[in-house]
Amino acid sequence: MNLAWNFQPTVLISDVLLFLLLAAVGIYVWRTSYSENARATWRRVFASRMGRWAAWVMVFFISLGVLDSLHFRTAVETPAGQVQQYSGEVLSVLDALLTPLRMAGEKTYSAPFAKTLLVKESVTLADGSVVRLAPVIAHIHPLGTDKVGQDVLYLALKSVRTGLLIGTLTTLVMLPFACALGIVAGYFGGWVDDAIQYLYTTLNSIPGVLLIAAAVLVVDVQIDAHAEWFNNAAARADLRLLALCAILGLTGWTGLARLLRAETLKLRELDYIQAARAFGVSHARILARHVLPNVAHLVIITVVLDFSGLVLAEAVLSYVGAGVDPATPSFGNMINAARLELAREPVVWWPLATAFVFLFALVLAANLFADAVRAAFDPRGAR
Amino acid sequence: MIRYLIRRLFYALPILLGVNLLTFALFFGVSSPDDMARIHLGGKRVTAEAVERWKVQHGYDLPHFYNAAGEGVEQVTQTLFVQKSLHLFTLDFGTADDGRDIGREIGKRMWPSLVVALPTFLLGLVVYLATALFLVFFRNTALDTVGVVMLVALMSISGLFYVIGGQVLLAKWWQWAPISGYAPGLSGLQFLFLPVLIGVVSGIGDASRFYRALFLEEAGRDYVRTAHAKGLSPFRVLFRHILGNAAIPILTGVVVVIPRLFLGSLILESFFGIPGLGSYTIDAIQAQDFAIVRGMVFLGSLLYIVGLTLTDLSYAWVDPRVRLQ
Repeated sequence: MNLAWNFQPTVLISDVLLFLLLAAVGIYVWRTSYSENARATWRRVFASRMGRWAAWVMVFFISLGVLDSLHFRTAVETPAGQVQQYSGEVLSVLDALLTPLRMAGEKTYSAPFAKTLLVKESVTLADGSVVRLAPVIAHIHPLGTDKVGQDVLYLALKSVRTGLLIGTLTTLVMLPFACALGIVAGYFGGWVDDAIQYLYTTLNSIPGVLLIAAAVLVVDVQIDAHAEWFNNAAARADLRLLALCAILGLTGWTGLARLLRAETLKLRELDYIQAARAFGVSHARILARHVLPNVAHLVIITVVLDFSGLVLAEAVLSYVGAGVDPATPSFGNMINAARLELAREPVVWWPLATAFVFLFALVLAANLFADAVRAAFDPRGAR
Repeated sequence: MIRYLIRRLFYALPILLGVNLLTFALFFGVSSPDDMARIHLGGKRVTAEAVERWKVQHGYDLPHFYNAAGEGVEQVTQTLFVQKSLHLFTLDFGTADDGRDIGREIGKRMWPSLVVALPTFLLGLVVYLATALFLVFFRNTALDTVGVVMLVALMSISGLFYVIGGQVLLAKWWQWAPISGYAPGLSGLQFLFLPVLIGVVSGIGDASRFYRALFLEEAGRDYVRTAHAKGLSPFRVLFRHILGNAAIPILTGVVVVIPRLFLGSLILESFFGIPGLGSYTIDAIQAQDFAIVRGMVFLGSLLYIVGLTLTDLSYAWVDPRVRLQ
């Protein structure tokens, strides 16, 4: 029996959510392809060279994230006749593709493309004399290895998924709140508006990082107290990541809600909505058919604009101690681990430089794409 | 004016009460004092007596909202909600887990925070506005395009890299300033150079782009065309008409953060070893000291509301059409 091909698919909650999100985007694309108007708008996004380039870079990063979200556990050798056992370690398709990088662990630091480790060791030669020399390493590491000898390129590629998840799943949590509350406040006005405004002013008044940190502290306590909720370390780290997204989403809906409220206030006075009301169309139907489609451009612009900020926020939150699980590969954890290495002699610069390049590429592409989207969708005209 | 301020005060109360309830729900509803005690006593194998002792020591041995054992008013006042949450309204922040008075610490630590945050804020505002005005002056030229691309690139770099890069480049290699530290008074000036410079540079991408968009919106209006048409110099139009009329949206974003300067910056203070409120907060988060975090959340909201009120006052000051009553 070939063990390498014997595996059990393992589904983490974040995987499910990510694929649901992709399905939602798929449905949107499919519906857009029938609307001449929406197609023209999206063509404007890809008309600029910058927008096209940014989109391709994003596609590259998203494919990495998707490959890293197909999880499985490999079979371990089990005596014949017993139920097949699976390894406790959860791997992804990306891990499988990167097996040469993943398995090529060294003892400690080595520079990019180095043939030896960075530090010297006492080695006893055949004639009994002891010399200090840097041990030769067996594998080539294009971006070097970190303190525990892990390949830095592998770590950076694995960090992409965490960044993508935080940038997208947060939106998934935030959207229902922002859309429902913002539109309802603007459309109905009166005490509903007052109550919703009170809610978001209160949330807004708390300094963002503090509110998030406070919520993460509390969630951590709960996760520590309920070890029975998950059966492996990956599920635990996954739950922490999801909790972080949920917290970011629950605290981050106020900006979009405010925009949507203001836009709905304007829309509800327009003739077509007054006419719908005069015809006796129900409020729910007016909101769904007439208001929501006419504020959709604001939603799309905000979602794309927020993405880069969320990816950057992860790095800062991980530094503060309110980010993802320390065992989850993420840019924040990479920077956090690498920042003290610059003070070493000789300087270990490659983990930090790698994190910088990858994070910069991801965020820059997201920002440029967001600009192209805003220029195309903003009815006030592109500048 | 006085009537307006009094009314603002009454608007502020429900918001602060909301913040108070929210933090109470978070720290005493979702997680409980028992959980807190267990974290600080370490691990799961803590006896129930030890937990009780910790709670009595730190004053967490009270019921949430109603104390049946008390007499008269004490049935309501001798509760966690009043003692730990409502007490914040009297600016009594309680004691930290290490036994120190949080209010005293805040009073001591807000000055170092302000010494760093205020120059960063003022210098930043001048630099960001100047950059934005410069780009708007050269709008629709290659200079503008290159400038905007550079701003987008600058805002795509994580704040952590500015700090780490600045420390290595300016302090370690070029030795322009000490790498970190703090001293009060004039002798501390050398320590301010690096955090202020890095604080200003790290914000330039976001802020200048935002101001540029504001100015461009004003620059497209009719009165600007009229001003050009009647022969005013481009400088005069830029500084007098465009900058003047963009003052309201600029103030909206700027004035509200002034009171919060007391809270300092988490990242800058912890990297540069400044004994301000930012590093206080970060230490509290890392040590899971819930009492300090609760106090800082309340203080942050309070300062935000002060900022909102100041914003309204500043509108009346710059715009003669705005009257406060």
